[in-house]
Amino acid sequence: MHVRRLNLVDFRNYENADLLLEDGVNVLVGSNGQGKTNLVEALGYLSTLGSHRVSSDVALVRRGATSAIVRALLGHGGRDILVELQINASAANKAQVGRSPAKVRDLPRYFSSVLFAPEDMALVRGDPSGRRRFADELLVLRAPRLAGVLADYDRALRQRNTLLKTARATGAKALSTLDLWDERLVEFGSQIVAARLGLVDDLRPHVAAAYRAIVDADHGPKLASQLSILSQHPDADEEGTERADVVLSLDEIRSRFAAALAAARPRELERALTLVGPHRDDIVFELNGLPARGYASHGESWSFALSLKLASAELLRAEASSGDPVLILDDVFAELDAPRRRRLAAAIQSYEQVLITSAVAEDVPEQLHGTMVRIQAGRILDSTGTDG
Amino acid sequence: MYEGIVQELIDELGRLPGIGPKSAQRIAFHIVQTQNFDVQRLGKLLLEVREKVRFCADCGNVADQERCNICRDPRRNRSLICVVEEAKDVVAIERTREFRGLYHVLGGAISPIDGVGPEDLRIRELLQRLADGSVEEVIIATDPNLEGEATATYLSRLLRTMEMRVSRLASGLPVGGDLEYADEVTLGRAFEGRRLVEH
Repeated sequence: MHVRRLNLVDFRNYENADLLLEDGVNVLVGSNGQGKTNLVEALGYLSTLGSHRVSSDVALVRRGATSAIVRALLGHGGRDILVELQINASAANKAQVGRSPAKVRDLPRYFSSVLFAPEDMALVRGDPSGRRRFADELLVLRAPRLAGVLADYDRALRQRNTLLKTARATGAKALSTLDLWDERLVEFGSQIVAARLGLVDDLRPHVAAAYRAIVDADHGPKLASQLSILSQHPDADEEGTERADVVLSLDEIRSRFAAALAAARPRELERALTLVGPHRDDIVFELNGLPARGYASHGESWSFALSLKLASAELLRAEASSGDPVLILDDVFAELDAPRRRRLAAAIQSYEQVLITSAVAEDVPEQLHGTMVRIQAGRILDSTGTDG
Repeated sequence: MYEGIVQELIDELGRLPGIGPKSAQRIAFHIVQTQNFDVQRLGKLLLEVREKVRFCADCGNVADQERCNICRDPRRNRSLICVVEEAKDVVAIERTREFRGLYHVLGGAISPIDGVGPEDLRIRELLQRLADGSVEEVIIATDPNLEGEATATYLSRLLRTMEMRVSRLASGLPVGGDLEYADEVTLGRAFEGRRLVEH
């Protein structure tokens, strides 16, 4: 898969920008604060329907404008598809595919990308929510149907939490429908748990290989799912959750989930909060038999984060029918020493298209010198063509 | 912001469902400026509609008498009741001309976020209608979304304890559409709800 052309209108600092991209490696160079990341952020948005930097869309719309437009001409095999997204600051976003209206949530079907960014460090060192988001974005790229399941789960969860709060305020009468929402929660939640377990399983070999490729040492990187539905003490935030290294069938997950909800109900009524389900799960990363979070060094954590991203790219590549995902490396090389830069470069250079941003061209290893584009103050200067 | 009353009109129109600030502004200026627009008639209708339109004492559909047209129609099959969320759903099903039974409008779906529980829906009225045993089947036609499904589950359990025959509208592929354009959820549901071909 390739991005042939990216056009932005009123996106971040770009009033109107047109970027032509080539197959293979494209390096976007510019000083800090000129708008390199904004370009790749726009592309990332098309495949994950969210920004890797902010959770609200408002910041993406240029100040003074009411909506931003991201337009990308994508090359799928021999076919070109024009995908357009209108990001509205105060209304629902709109999408077009091939100039016809399309559902926004369908966009990831047309464009799959994997974005590597300094923010990925939070995957290893940050809260479980970041790891859940990482897993869910990948799930949607693998099986677009799950976008609907995730949205339904989220809605069922909000309905149930509201019901629990109402019940606490007004008494037990409101609880007559709690079973209904339990069922919805179990129905959608079990599908998410099963899909995430499958994902962790499928990622394992790719993470091990990716880590070895980047670090050139075997620190025994491991991934394990922590499931709140298997926990004995689900209200002991994060601490008490149990590990599931076995693959559970969907039916087993359903019955465990239902049992966990039943067991947690008294505490849930007390706290007016749903305490078990995929929204409380986590994925634990280990290096040398110790949890990476809290034990791994800065360099190890960063390598692990990059391995996770590289592993997701490898997984998508192995499964995709429409070609490789587009790799986007945002300011990644600055944080790595020279040997790791070279090894990461070697691992990614065979992808159909790789987009790299860097403040200084010298940070990008030699074997990745492809098309060079200079960015200055929200303007795309002429690309200088191949320089190597 | 416009002067006093014009802005008030825009704000008021903007409170209507489906009308955003821009549409509200357009409608307001149409009302203010267009010569042949009969404001008297619209105003009179708005007042009258609130006065005259009532809700059917039986099914909860909009009516201009105590009972709606459908409930008064002697040709309708009184042993079938189709349960819908809103009166506009009755209109949609009537357009098909397939269903010749009666309706029951719930007035919404169970949704804690919107503060709607079963006691806020016209479920008690439904049970009263079923009490005399003349109804043989209840067809649940709530929306196929999260809240509609929850409401359908609630109703079907309740009705099954009364040994009532309960059915749910099928979900699946749109007629006249192409399989390749169906979204996965719809297609998945269609698989779930597949039927044996009768010989």
